[in-house]
Amino acid sequence: MKTMSNIERVLSGGGFVVTSECGPPRGSDGEVIRRKGGLLKGYVDGVNVTDNQTSVVRMSSLASCVLLKGLGLEPILQMVCRDRNRIAIQSDLLGAAALGISNVVCLTGDHQVFGDHKTAKNVFDLDSIQLVGTVKQLRDEGRFLGGDEVHGRPGLFIGAAENPFADPFEIRARRLGKKVRAGCDFIQTQCIYNVERFERWMLEVRSLGLSDRVAILGGVTPFKSVGMARYMKEKVPGMDVPEELIARLKGVPKERQSEEGVRICVETIKRLREIPGVRGVHIMAIEWEEKVPEIVEAAGLLPRP
Amino acid sequence: MIVGDRKPLEEILEMIKSYKKILLLGCNECVTVCAAGGEREVGVLATELNLVRMKDGPGIEIKEHTLERQCDYEYIDQIRPFVEEYEAILSMACGAGVQYVAEHFAQKPVIPAVNTTFLGVTIEQGVWSERCQGCGECVLERTGGICPIARCAKSLLNGPCGGSSQGKCEVDREVDCGWQLIIDRLTGLDLLDRYDEVVAVKDWKTARDGGPRRRVREDLRL
Repeated sequence: MKTMSNIERVLSGGGFVVTSECGPPRGSDGEVIRRKGGLLKGYVDGVNVTDNQTSVVRMSSLASCVLLKGLGLEPILQMVCRDRNRIAIQSDLLGAAALGISNVVCLTGDHQVFGDHKTAKNVFDLDSIQLVGTVKQLRDEGRFLGGDEVHGRPGLFIGAAENPFADPFEIRARRLGKKVRAGCDFIQTQCIYNVERFERWMLEVRSLGLSDRVAILGGVTPFKSVGMARYMKEKVPGMDVPEELIARLKGVPKERQSEEGVRICVETIKRLREIPGVRGVHIMAIEWEEKVPEIVEAAGLLPRP
Repeated sequence: MIVGDRKPLEEILEMIKSYKKILLLGCNECVTVCAAGGEREVGVLATELNLVRMKDGPGIEIKEHTLERQCDYEYIDQIRPFVEEYEAILSMACGAGVQYVAEHFAQKPVIPAVNTTFLGVTIEQGVWSERCQGCGECVLERTGGICPIARCAKSLLNGPCGGSSQGKCEVDREVDCGWQLIIDRLTGLDLLDRYDEVVAVKDWKTARDGGPRRRVREDLRL
């Protein structure tokens, strides 16, 4: 084992990993993150904490991770390149490790134009692949990007995201290869609704030999309603929602649509488990954390190892 | 070329409201090509300022003059004989020109009439587009002649991000994804293998991050 990470422990034991996600609050009330985290305890192997997602200011990911750690959960620190240069990034990585955080997910970050501070200056000193390489260098070589020695290497299990549905489709598996070569240990994918297309991507991932070198966790998000499904199909870039799923949600009465959404999610997880090279699932129930235990149980993923 | 946009008339009027006699100074280089601050724009702005100031209070005396360049001292010196007759200089050059004129006349307020926007090219009549951010370390050989620093909204060296959709950038559906362009071009050149290389962190000290830049060619100095 490279780290003390629970994700790494489950993967090394050959287990199918289950992770989920918590969005920090738009204020300083730590109870919000404790309440969300409390809903997930015992049902997942790790919890991603988003880093000012969609460029909207929220409580810091690192602080929220520490609050979750206090509850006995396994936090996964998301870190984006939008707001920090290489000095701040390396400093935060050391701090995270000192506070007992064992996982980091390296992301580019949404552009600030999506958020509530559109007039901000962005950073992007590094990109997500370079960030992966930075964590690996600190951990495995014990050297800062500047070349000096790190006294006390951060034991971080390194994650990244990949969107198998973004354009250009033909280079998505190759780009994953770059993340793997940079030193990525696990990948969480964008929400999968089009399982056939995801299978095609996995085929390419396997043919490049990547699934032997990195653990791929398939991302899922349950639909709350047909409206949400339509929004994701039409408004969210890089999201592939097949028309048949929309028709299926539309086919049930409004008050039963969320139930149907959860059912689709559970079916997707079961299909993902059958795909060679898929080593786990990442359940992103956006502001719907209370549904995660039900999904994990219905997918037959309890008890957690 | 350096591309700029003339500032809105209201903003210019506000900046010059206390002056009754100004030198309106155009530039015959980049801002002429992008129709922001050449001789023609000097004439248009002078007419607009005159009309408003005649209608709304104290008139204004404007001397129109366009230099070959405002970024070279030889040309700036041409206004020395008459600059003292004016209370202020309203410059229609890029930010470099405005500042260089100011450096030459310590006692003379110099006011910008143009917002300098980017280093770019003419796409078609009336359309210009950014191509370079002057980072000081050109990577175009590696990326098929398309700059990831200038043409990716996040300046990613290992793009594209997940926001690339149907060839467009997440920031604006009218803007091409720079990385889609790079990949298409590398594919066309049969050089896509280059995409697989993990590009190392960039040395930004040759860009503005290293502080104000200066270039000295000893062999050319007198």
